[in-house]
Amino acid sequence: MHGLTPILSTVTASFLASFVEVVEAFTIVLAVGLTRSWRPALTGAALALAVLAALVLAFGPLLALVPITVLQFVVGVLLILFGMRWLRKAILRSVGVIALHDEEQAFSKETAALQQQANDRRADYLAAVASFKAVLLEGVEVVFIVIAVGAAHGQTLYASLGALAAFVLVMIIGLVVHRPLARVPENSLKFVVGLMLTSFGVFWTGEGLGAEWPGADLALLAIFAIIAAASFAIVRWLRGAYPATAEGIAR
Amino acid sequence: MNAIRLVFKELVGMFVDDGSLALLALVLIALITVAVKLLALPPLIGGLLLLAGCLAILLESVRRAARGRTR
Repeated sequence: MHGLTPILSTVTASFLASFVEVVEAFTIVLAVGLTRSWRPALTGAALALAVLAALVLAFGPLLALVPITVLQFVVGVLLILFGMRWLRKAILRSVGVIALHDEEQAFSKETAALQQQANDRRADYLAAVASFKAVLLEGVEVVFIVIAVGAAHGQTLYASLGALAAFVLVMIIGLVVHRPLARVPENSLKFVVGLMLTSFGVFWTGEGLGAEWPGADLALLAIFAIIAAASFAIVRWLRGAYPATAEGIAR
Repeated sequence: MNAIRLVFKELVGMFVDDGSLALLALVLIALITVAVKLLALPPLIGGLLLLAGCLAILLESVRRAARGRTR
């Protein structure tokens, strides 16, 4: 599986998913940096990145010991669970059942919490912990996505490049605008990522079971198209069947 | 230890949001795996059933959530 289709889909899925996660982590680190100071913000973030690197170094080589069909099956199952979770949330957000994620709100909430701790003698430590937690929690998801979309077909390098590109892009935009990236169409990104990860999950679980998909790698695109068409149909149906929710919290 | 607990909690949360969606997906995968491995169901049919089953589970999950919200 080294054609253009799997490489492009691996890089795109990894890039988009990582972009969403890095934006969320960036909001918290920015809040810590602007409210307290950059020292605890960057110290916490750097420590979290070190923990994530240690996790990858500790568990990454173990994947090479797992037979490929078992790896495809396990990764496929995890991707189905992960992808459908994102897809469900994105569908519910797009019809207004749950509120859209708001980076400005997350920034304000974190800033308020940090200001309350300003007089605490451990304020710098608590600020560093907030930064550490944000980067660690979002980073764990990035690590999973990179390993999941990359490992089952030996494309971890491409997946890593996608994640790295997302990280660099968010940092560049963040340095320029110096505020939460609230204009990022997060729900649309999550929708696409949910579709892609669920498609990868179905494709690889099928391969893990021994299925030879018609068209080989191109079947991934067909699976994506079917899941996308069904998801958009679900959104339309929900808007018609439950109009009260569509007028609710967010569109 | 706190960091490890945090990572573990996040790991579980990554896959389970709506518990019944996760459970139904796992049951579906288990049933298809048994059918392919023990009952000689062709793997491609298993893969297609998996695709259809995932969409049905997703539909049921969002329908339940939307209905709960409008009550």
